[in-house]
Amino acid sequence: MKPLETKQEYSNYVDKKSPNSPILKNCFNAFWVGGLICSIGQIIMDFCIYQGMDKTASSTVVSIVLIAISALLTSLNIFNKIGKFAGAGSLIPITGFANSIVSPAIEYKSEGYVMGVGGKMFTVAGPVLVFGISASVIIGIIALLFT
Amino acid sequence: MDFLQSIDWMQLLKCFVVGGLICIVGQILIDKTKLTPARILVIFVTTGAILGGLGIYQYLIDFAGAGATVPLTGFGANLAKGAIQEVQTSGLLGAFIGGVKASAGGIATAVFFGYIASLIAKPKIKKQ
Repeated sequence: MKPLETKQEYSNYVDKKSPNSPILKNCFNAFWVGGLICSIGQIIMDFCIYQGMDKTASSTVVSIVLIAISALLTSLNIFNKIGKFAGAGSLIPITGFANSIVSPAIEYKSEGYVMGVGGKMFTVAGPVLVFGISASVIIGIIALLFT
Repeated sequence: MDFLQSIDWMQLLKCFVVGGLICIVGQILIDKTKLTPARILVIFVTTGAILGGLGIYQYLIDFAGAGATVPLTGFGANLAKGAIQEVQTSGLLGAFIGGVKASAGGIATAVFFGYIASLIAKPKIKKQ
């Protein structure tokens, strides 16, 4: 086999060798699992409002409950199985954010509690927070200039 | 149960469909591009923050409820909304406080449970 020289050649080579992921089936699974997770959130939210909480507080409770559930499921190694099946269906909802924190926290325990758990916890969540929070500061400043 | 009777099924359906569609966008990014999950999550949060800042995302939240707030775009929109609201009351300081304040519940819960889980759960042994 002749050596692969350019990035393009390598990319074509990988495309040829990697199995075609069945995109329609993946999208279908992502759709109903993602929809289901959001619906669970909606029911929790309705329940909070039914109990007399305001919308902002209810929304926070929804996040907290969903994050707590996914932390539990990650600890029990169930979340990985759901993730393999649902793909973006469990990644995109707030459950994926929670899993991205809890999973490395457990995995890197052997490297110690400070740099292992405390550091590796933010491998994926760190970038999310950096870009999310930076965007919010910029938007806040823009909002200040225009009001 | 009074609560079960009070559930708005139409609202729940809208939430299911919109939440599902947002996840399909993510799934297409996973299957059709070589973006890592971390990049996809960053794209979703940033997009949500920008749409939230422009006030567009609020329409989706009004329409779909948790279908729009539970996906990570909702997390981004919430950061932006918090910053904008806090600016109204505290000025420039609000730009730095508002975003994190609005999403503090989610961040603190994830970090806290991540730490607790690492104390209790055992890392799974990878099969070779």
